[in-house]
Formats: sequence, C-alpha cells, structure tokens
Amino acid sequence: MLPPVLLLAVVAVGTVPAAAALASARWPSRSPAAAILLWQALGLSWGLAAVGALVGLGAVHTRWGVAGGALSGAVHALRHATLEPTADALIAVGRLAFLAAGAALLALLCWVLLAASAAVLLARRRHRVLLSLLAHGDPKVPGALVVDSPEAAAYCVPGLRSRIVVSAGTLALLDAAELAAVLAHERAHLRARHDLVVLPFCALGRAFPRSRLVRQVHAAVALLVEMLADDRALRHRPARELATALLRVGAFAGQAPSGALAAVPEPEGETAARVARLLAPSPRLPALTSALICSAAAALVALPIVVLVMPV
Amino acid sequence: MKRLGELERAVMDVLWESAEPLTVRQVGARLTDRDLAHTTVMTVLDRLAKKGFARRQRDGRAWRYCAAEDQETYVTELMMHALDQTGDRSAALASFARRVSDSEAQVLRQALESLGEIARD
Repeated sequence: MLPPVLLLAVVAVGTVPAAAALASARWPSRSPAAAILLWQALGLSWGLAAVGALVGLGAVHTRWGVAGGALSGAVHALRHATLEPTADALIAVGRLAFLAAGAALLALLCWVLLAASAAVLLARRRHRVLLSLLAHGDPKVPGALVVDSPEAAAYCVPGLRSRIVVSAGTLALLDAAELAAVLAHERAHLRARHDLVVLPFCALGRAFPRSRLVRQVHAAVALLVEMLADDRALRHRPARELATALLRVGAFAGQAPSGALAAVPEPEGETAARVARLLAPSPRLPALTSALICSAAAALVALPIVVLVMPV
Repeated sequence: MKRLGELERAVMDVLWESAEPLTVRQVGARLTDRDLAHTTVMTVLDRLAKKGFARRQRDGRAWRYCAAEDQETYVTELMMHALDQTGDRSAALASFARRVSDSEAQVLRQALESLGEIARD
C-alpha cells in the first residue's frame, strides 16, 4: 500500500512550494487565464492528495485503490480495535486515527466552502435590498446603479440578479470614456462569473486563517481575475481610458471628506501593477507555453485521482 | 414583485423625509400620485418593519412608523461593504479598484500627472 500513499504525500507536500513559486512568478500577468487554471489545479490537487494520503495510511490493500482501501481499512480497524494492547489492536487504532484525520480534513474543506458560499449569498442579498431602497439610475452610466456617496466606489454584485454600482463620487471623478471602461470591466466580471473563481480561495482562507501562503494565494487569484476583466474590457475600450480610470479611482478612493470609512489598504502595488500592464503590456505567453501550462494543470488534478482509484 | 420593491422604496423615502413617526394614513397621504389602497400601504410598512428598515410604535389605537436608521447610515453600510472595509476580501462583491495606502495613492497621482492628465478631484 505504501507506494500510492507515498505518491499522494509527495503531491500534497509538493504543491506547497509550487504554490509559493507561482505566487511570486512574473509570467501569470502575461496569461491570467492559464495562471488561474493552474491555481485551481494546484488547489484541487493539494486537497485530493492531502485527504488521500491521510486515509491511504489507514487503508488496507484492496483491488479498489486507496479510496476503496480506506473503506475496508475502516471496517477492518473497527473490527480489530480492542482495548487489549496487542499488536493488531495498536495497528487498528493507528489506522483509525489516520482515517479520522483524513475525514476531518475533507469535512473541513467542504464545510468552509459551504460556509463561505452562504456568507457570500447573505451579504449579497442584504446589499441588493439596500440598493433597491437607495440606489437610482443615471443616464451617464446606462445599466448601472448609482449610490449617492462621495466615496469613489465602482463594483458589481455578482449572482443571478447581478448589479453594477458606481458611487456619485466616481461619477464626478471620471469622464464618460473612463466610466464606459469601468462598466466594461464590471460586465466582464459578471459575464464570466469571476466570483465563483475567487470563492474557493476565499474559503481556503477561512480554513487556514493564519497561513501567509494561503493569503498570498488568495490575493494572487483575486488580482489575476482583475487582470482578466481588464483584458476583456480592452476588447471594447482603449487601454488608456481604463488605466486613467484605475488611477483616479485608486488614488481617490477613501479620500472623501466623510471620513466614515477607515482605510484598509489593498496589498501594495496591485493597482499600479494593473496600470503598468495596461500601458506597457508584456507580450502574451506563446500558445505552446500556454498549452503546456494547461496540460500541467490537467496532470496535477489527474494524478491524485488516478492514484486514489487505481487498483494496485 | 418589482412593484412591491418600488413601493417599499417610495415609502422609505416618505419615512426618511418625515421628522416624526407617521401613521399608515399619513404615509398614504404623502404618496398621493400613486393612489394606493390603505391596506397596500399597511402591507408595505409591515414588510419594511419585518425587514428591520422601519420601526413602529403604538400611538393610541394606531401604529406610527419611522425609519430605523437614516439614509446616510445605510449608504455608509453599502460603501463599507463595497470598499471591502472588513479586509477579508470576501467574494461577495467585485470592486473595480480597491482602496490603497496613502503612499500608493501618491504614486498613482504622480502616474496620472506623468500621463498628462490633470487630477480632477
């Protein structure tokens, strides 16, 4: 039984430095879509391998791979776990401990995903209700809602009943072309459901609130999603309009005289990085490189799945 | 359903504009252009009270309604959420540009100037 378990453990441990490397890599901004795919694959592969390695240590040898072995391992261990300090009993207790750890990790991962989804749905519902009481339309931003606040805010509320919202402060700050660029960016988020891409990484942050790496990964994915929406907006609007809109909103968000909001700044340099990317774009990754990245992502997910179900 | 949402908004506007709590009849009277049945106004006020946006108090035999919070409080709540003041980057909303530190805002303003754009704050 050891080789498949070892393989899973190698994947589970190996994805951690791989994530750290990807978080500090420079190429993702040249192909955000490929990078996001790789992040998703890394996350899924880590989860499958970590759970698989734990239950694999509690598994017994069967024709049904690690997954089947874990089930018969549980049955086997429960039958042999007695209070007598025999070798068989000790092994059975050890097996049960690993199986329980694996099940607990799986439950934790599923739970945080559910909890994060529920929190998001509740927050959006409250937000939509408030918008229905307070926001109004404006001919300067067709299809969007305006909230009368001096803050410079522009955002979307994703979901089945999605909304794009800009504040009165943003309306005053941007010219018509820049507003159109902002709307194109937000529409790209809504159409591609980028919120669903970010959600699992947000959930991972809940599971491991103290992990610096998880925070970095979450920030990296959130930034890549912004870049993806920027790229999409460029199909309809010139880069310069989007760049100056970003600079203005970035520079003046939270500068409103109301002072009701205490600033929690974003990770240093995100807006600047997006602007630099718009004004002086690096060439996109060659098609072959992108294809290689996508294959690597597929292999990353396939490996633990195959090991889990492969008969040995 | 859409009409109900729109009515709630109109009723809230009435409550926000009024200095003192209003009876159902008074609210209806201030929505003259809509020609609403008394029971409709009552239903809307009841819904708003259940959702926590309106508060009601007994005044003799009638209920009087007022807004639970003033408009600015709700606008602040919206903006807090929009600008992600909780700092946990929840996936609920997607902001165009997140709030930056003062030093970075300075950098962004310089970038704007170097683009030949005059800051229009």
